[in-house]
Amino acid sequence: MMRLFVTLAALVAALFIASLLVGPARIGAVEGLRALVMGGDGPVPLVMREIRLPRALLAVMIGLSLGLSGAAMQGYLRNPLAEPGLIGVSGSAALGAVLAIHTGLSAAWAFGLPLAALAGALAGVMLVIALAGPRGSSLTLILAGIAISSMAAALTSLVLNLSSNPFAANEIVFWMMGSLADRSISHVGLALPLMLAGWVLLLPLGRGLDALTLGEDAAASMGVRLSRMRLVLVIGTACVVGAATAVAGAIGFVGLVVPHILRPLVGARPSRLLWASGLGGAVMVLAADLAVRLILPERDLKLGVLTALVGAPLFLHLIYKTRRELP
Amino acid sequence: MTLLALDDLSVSLRGRDIFTGVNARVEAGEFVGLIGPNGAGKTTLMRAALGLVAARGHSSLLDHGAAERARLVAWMPQARDIAWPVSVEALVALGRVPHLPVGRPLSARDQAHVDAALSAMGLDDMRRRTATRLSGGEQARVLIARALAQDTPLLMADEPIAGLDPANQISTMQVFAGLAAEGRAVIASLHDLGLAARHCTRLMLMGEGGLVADGPPGDVLTPDNLARVFHVNAWFERTPHGPVFQPLEVIG
Repeated sequence: MMRLFVTLAALVAALFIASLLVGPARIGAVEGLRALVMGGDGPVPLVMREIRLPRALLAVMIGLSLGLSGAAMQGYLRNPLAEPGLIGVSGSAALGAVLAIHTGLSAAWAFGLPLAALAGALAGVMLVIALAGPRGSSLTLILAGIAISSMAAALTSLVLNLSSNPFAANEIVFWMMGSLADRSISHVGLALPLMLAGWVLLLPLGRGLDALTLGEDAAASMGVRLSRMRLVLVIGTACVVGAATAVAGAIGFVGLVVPHILRPLVGARPSRLLWASGLGGAVMVLAADLAVRLILPERDLKLGVLTALVGAPLFLHLIYKTRRELP
Repeated sequence: MTLLALDDLSVSLRGRDIFTGVNARVEAGEFVGLIGPNGAGKTTLMRAALGLVAARGHSSLLDHGAAERARLVAWMPQARDIAWPVSVEALVALGRVPHLPVGRPLSARDQAHVDAALSAMGLDDMRRRTATRLSGGEQARVLIARALAQDTPLLMADEPIAGLDPANQISTMQVFAGLAAEGRAVIASLHDLGLAARHCTRLMLMGEGGLVADGPPGDVLTPDNLARVFHVNAWFERTPHGPVFQPLEVIG
């Protein structure tokens, strides 16, 4: 177990450094890292600190958030097909962002878009909690999430449909693909407090998620307070996914595929999968964000497009492998 | 010592009374077989006692908070849920969750409880196997071991021996009787009246919307009770091999 932790942590560190060293500005590795740490005048410290550092930090934060919340969601619903977007937070955050672009708020004010997305996420999570009810099973949570996601998707389509400005429509479509390009350190500052809150809520759920392996009845008899756990899970997921969507758009498949890949390596224990999946998510998003810069540097390939392109076949492979193991 | 006290416990679900007015005390040293036909409310009675379903009346287990209750009573539900392909040993170790502070790994004492539970259910050779790939009966034994590892004064199990082979049915009943003999108590719902008559110290018969009879097996499994509640007659004798009970035929 220790070996997996060290391997994943080393991968995160290596990819983080690689992410700092790759970009359109030709900066040597030693020169770049020295400028990052020591600072100084000129363009090199500016590029390192204001462009590349936020991008690498956001990749780690978003990957960690999506991997962690994906593992928590799968553990709670006891279903390997669950993902953080299931509770409708990413959909409603996207709707908020799309409204900000459509109304011109995002153009008028740099933080208009992420704050509108956070407002959308908040509205979405409150609706989900109200719909799913204070008690009730995991089933009502899934149904409420699907209802909110569909509603948000329909309203997003409506905005696109009625958009008289083709540039705004274009911007909306590209934003929804998800990207970490041209984010600033203030985006990090905006997302980090929410994500920290989400991590603090989600990580201690491991013990209850382990007990849930035996079903809701057995877990309740082992002292797990299921309604409280569900509320913590929903709020924690909303914090991390809302913040991730607000600063980077929709990045799919990370929260679905990463827990699935790592599950056999942690003996399928939901509590161990939480941190493993968080680190694994950071590895996947860092690697994908490096790939979009290396494969087509001049075409601005979107991160969310790449994670889906890599994630879907990987998922198919996993399904095929699972199918072979069935009797 | 009284490990469970039920006072005037009643449950109605969707406007229908499942059972009403159940009073019972379970003392240390008792192995209680909860018997009754399908739908008599055996599962609901145990879940109500545990606070898993809303009930009127009083169950002594609900005087304690959820965390403390988990150290007083272990519960093995009828649904044999194993959501993830964890190892048998890891699954049994889940029984230690109520005893562990958050984030603490298993101590040597916890591990000893896990090992003892695995041995009691004859699972020593299976501890590394993946629990989801075992047969239904093997999974049932793993889940019983999980409940044993919780090491509580009271154990409640819903049809624990359903689907086990005869040898494992008998040895599971002996494990439960052994727990009672060492000063704990076990309440298990059972459909095999023969095994119940041989191993339980006491039977609680449910039917007709409540508790019909409560006492030693000989006093509960009377021809009259069997005819009224189960609609069967039976042969029941004390033999040199111990009490033998065999249902014979359905009576109108």
